[in-house]
Amino acid sequence: MPDLLEVVGLTKRFGGLVAVNNVSFTVRDREILSVIGPNGAGKSTLFKLISSFLRPTSGEVRFKGERISGLAPHVAARRGVVRTFQETTIFKNMTVLDNVVTAHHLRSRASLAGFYFGSAAARSDLEAFGASADEILAFLGLAAMRDEIASNLPHGHLRALGIAIALATDPAVILLDEPFAGMNYDETRRALQIVRKLRERGITVLLVEHDMSAVMNISDRIVVLNFGQMIAEGTPAQIRQNPKVIEAYLGVEDESIGL
Amino acid sequence: MRTSQATTVRIIASALFLLALLVAVPLLIEATGRTDLYYTLTSVALLSIISAGVWITFYIGRINIGQGAYALMGGYVSAILVTSYGMSFWLTLPLAGLFCAAASVLIGLPILRLRGVYFAMVTLVLTEVARLLALALPVTNGASGIVSIPLPSGISFFGVTLVPDFATLANPRLAFYIVAVLLMALCFLSLYRLAHSRTGQLCQSLQQNEELASSIGVNIAYLRVIAYALSSFFGGVGGAMFAAIAQSIYPSSFTVADSVNFMLNCFLGGLGYVLGPMLGTFVLYFGWDLLFQTGEFQLLIFSTVLIVLMLALPNGLLSLAIPRKRSV
Repeated sequence: MPDLLEVVGLTKRFGGLVAVNNVSFTVRDREILSVIGPNGAGKSTLFKLISSFLRPTSGEVRFKGERISGLAPHVAARRGVVRTFQETTIFKNMTVLDNVVTAHHLRSRASLAGFYFGSAAARSDLEAFGASADEILAFLGLAAMRDEIASNLPHGHLRALGIAIALATDPAVILLDEPFAGMNYDETRRALQIVRKLRERGITVLLVEHDMSAVMNISDRIVVLNFGQMIAEGTPAQIRQNPKVIEAYLGVEDESIGL
Repeated sequence: MRTSQATTVRIIASALFLLALLVAVPLLIEATGRTDLYYTLTSVALLSIISAGVWITFYIGRINIGQGAYALMGGYVSAILVTSYGMSFWLTLPLAGLFCAAASVLIGLPILRLRGVYFAMVTLVLTEVARLLALALPVTNGASGIVSIPLPSGISFFGVTLVPDFATLANPRLAFYIVAVLLMALCFLSLYRLAHSRTGQLCQSLQQNEELASSIGVNIAYLRVIAYALSSFFGGVGGAMFAAIAQSIYPSSFTVADSVNFMLNCFLGGLGYVLGPMLGTFVLYFGWDLLFQTGEFQLLIFSTVLIVLMLALPNGLLSLAIPRKRSV
């Protein structure tokens, strides 16, 4: 599998604090790669750097060989790298369907003015967006709630809606920010299935997560951060046995890393 | 098919409303002899156009208390072009709007990065800056302003008079009233299109969550500036009309208080409704006039009523008539 995403010497300083320090790794096509680490390890910062929400102090992120870091979120999204959010970030006053339809922006062939005046391209776009949104909602098991105002959805469905919004952009790489946080056993199981189905759709998944057993269960490879440094990289089996990783989680017994 | 039926009903209702404004109201005014109402209603129509601009900035999630700046700017642009360059008023009307739109792009690029109360505060200052500029710039003639602006000239097309010369009319007030109503109709038609198109949906996505909007590939900086430019365009056109009617413009023609009123009009009418600014302006303008008899208590009663209305109807007056069911 070729490398789709390359993180090269990525560093981010906030004043005197080095949140991410010279991190390099690659993500292969159609891989599920997880970034783990104790609280404050720099996972979220890394995530924002990859999705161009933050500008790196040095280093860069390349997607298909082209730099996507330090630009703007919408530019990274246009190239095919799209993130979801840790918190339940949705368009809360829109219906579930409208959330997903709105998110089809990158597939528009019509211009802003075209949509305003209802050009032929705009009409065919709108039709296509509606059909695609329905397909995505069915794919994520949200079809029954399509006309519900988004803010009324229960927690687990909100997370799915976040993924639906990202899917609408037709991404090559999807960045999931703690997709299992705050979920119970059943919800996590369903979310894991969704992540696997994303890969089946041909999407590369990069996720940041606290839930160790979920990460060990689903990842092809894992990158471990501690105090902004990358301390390990490998398959779940390799990570389990890595002494540095065990040390980073010192004080936490073995079972928390899935043994 | 139900939606197309609803659209037909809306079109008929709008046409009837417009017809009433253009025919029935003038007939009523002539019958009762209250010709002063022409000026009042013209003002309401124009103020609602300026307020409609503020509504658009609300639509992308920004509280705009600086619309007076663009109204003032539009008034001066039109006045200067007519008096110094002898341009036809009808040409200066869109030019004033375009000038304000261009200025708002330059102003908006830096300040639209601010959100919430910070944006509101900066825009609040804008009106005052515009006033001080009008006092200081050589072209605006300082505190004495620009006076004796000629009334709008006529428009002929191959010898056919499309618009008569206002100076030759027996009743230019009626003519101004009709122009104002037509402009208002155009303005709200364009707002309606915005709210019912995908372009508006994208504006709403900014209002609800800019980070998410940018994550799905929306160029938020670009869309914000476009919306703000459109907003200022309406401000400029409204201001130019006022200058033409008053035949004068002064640095104090639009003040911070006016800017606050434009925002209040939107709030009162309802931010979720296209017709909100129109209704808000109407109620606010006439409400203030009706309270005139209460003398010294006018402001006290007026503000109390406003506060109560906003507490009781946070989604505006129109939320009484139309239950808010969707995001539009």
